[in-house]
Amino acid sequence: MIPALTIENLTKDYGSGLQALKGISLEVQQGDFFALLGPNGAGKSTTIGIICSLVSKTSGRVAVYDYDIDVDFAGAKKNIGIVPQEFNFNMFETAFDIVVNQAGYYGMHRDLAMQRAEKYLRELGLWDKRDVPSRMMSGGMKRRLLIARALVHQPRLLILDEPTAGVDIEMRRSMWDFLKKLNSEGTTIILTTHYLEEAEALCRNIAIINHGKIVEHTSIRDLLRRLHREVFIFDAVDALPESVVVDGFSVRRVDDNTLEIEVEKGQHINEVFAGLNQANIRISSMRNRANRLEEMFVNLVEGAA
Amino acid sequence: MSLREQYIALMTILRKEIKRYLRIWTQTLLPSAITMSLYFVIFGSLIGSRIGDMGGFTYMQFVVPGLIMMAIVTNSYSNVVSSFFGSKFNHSVEELLVSPTPNYVILLGYVIGGVTRGLLVAIIVTIVSLFFTQLHMHNFFVVVIIVLMTSILFALAGFINAVYANNFDDISIIPTFVLTPLIYLGGVFYSMDLLPEFWANVSKLNPLVYVVNAFRYGVLGVSDVSLGFAFGMITFFTALAWFYSMHLLNSGKRLRQ
Repeated sequence: MIPALTIENLTKDYGSGLQALKGISLEVQQGDFFALLGPNGAGKSTTIGIICSLVSKTSGRVAVYDYDIDVDFAGAKKNIGIVPQEFNFNMFETAFDIVVNQAGYYGMHRDLAMQRAEKYLRELGLWDKRDVPSRMMSGGMKRRLLIARALVHQPRLLILDEPTAGVDIEMRRSMWDFLKKLNSEGTTIILTTHYLEEAEALCRNIAIINHGKIVEHTSIRDLLRRLHREVFIFDAVDALPESVVVDGFSVRRVDDNTLEIEVEKGQHINEVFAGLNQANIRISSMRNRANRLEEMFVNLVEGAA
Repeated sequence: MSLREQYIALMTILRKEIKRYLRIWTQTLLPSAITMSLYFVIFGSLIGSRIGDMGGFTYMQFVVPGLIMMAIVTNSYSNVVSSFFGSKFNHSVEELLVSPTPNYVILLGYVIGGVTRGLLVAIIVTIVSLFFTQLHMHNFFVVVIIVLMTSILFALAGFINAVYANNFDDISIIPTFVLTPLIYLGGVFYSMDLLPEFWANVSKLNPLVYVVNAFRYGVLGVSDVSLGFAFGMITFFTALAWFYSMHLLNSGKRLRQ
């Protein structure tokens, strides 16, 4: 099966001398839910900009399905829906006009465009706001409007650049559900995000980009399997002694009732509880200190993994 | 994109453009009607009556074609420059750039949008002028062609200005410091015959001279320059502006990173 996206040796040099992309290559398979991660300035937005023609590449090859952007960019564009990081619609236009006009730019007949606009505005909970100019919408509504606009021509590949930035938790969860449903219906989705739990919750495969290079390209499951250690936080029922020792584990006393304990790969958490029992410390609750993927991400971009 | 899809994309851009300037009609259509009424009162009725005939016509009759053309030029130009720069400024131009709409359709959409505003204002100003003088059409065909060509030319010029503009100051510099002087020195208010030979020759470098005189020929049947040469020059400048605009779009200069 042809990949939904193929990138080969892609480079981008800016006139300032900055080399934003240093020959990246990756493939995203059809039907995948793919995360593109990286710190600010790593090259994520440049990569997305090249795929959707807002940035000119210096060299390399990009193909969307079987449309090479150097041969048939219009064909590639028809298959892409883009949800940018920044709000980029005319603030004086209504939500309905924004979505219908976008359909028109893809050559869609106005009657069909209006039907599709209604469908996606309803699905994203914006139908009541269809006559509201975009400037009068909240941040969350604008984010959903970006998604409705990107979907109106029903692209096979949807690219979302930080889609839930600045969105409250409830709204983020409902957007996740919407994206999962879309993916289950066959749309390939590429997501960039700073919320690593978002990538962990949604995506099957991942690429991590840093300083213009792909430093990891694998499945989320494989990545998590390779974690070396996890840090757990334990809440004690009673006040802790000044010094707490659990044999074989690194322990840090955070305050009178809280401990942080590192569990290395190969160790078992039962051993931690055994040690705590031995020290007569009763535990009321336990949780991860940080997102596991975040730990891995930091390791990878620091070159320590 | 098929031709039908391109046509739909073109009509979408055009509908959006027309809706935009109709929504803000107090900024786009009304000012020209008021400004031109003042010109008709001051230069036509008050001062014009003391000037006497020019080119065999009353001064009012002489200036009306130039003033109509002035309204067409400024409105075609300012519609495209403000609309396209606005879409660049708020990044909504990206809606078009990520779509499969061909560049020539994008350009055509904005240009036709500017042309429709130029024509609408021309109709308004012509109606206003009828309150001050009688107009008769010497050659309707010439009038229609010259109005269309002129509005296309200056809509294209507005597009080029918008592409190069980095801020809102940049979209007013050219109209203020280039377009307005060229219009005033383009024979709107006087005949070239009044100028010394040297300045009359210098004036021939001004494209507005050809535009104003060709239109005046269509309305009154008199012109300071040859009609064929005027059409040739306007066609030349229009072709130049079109190809340069397409070059800007195709290269992505100032539009794509």
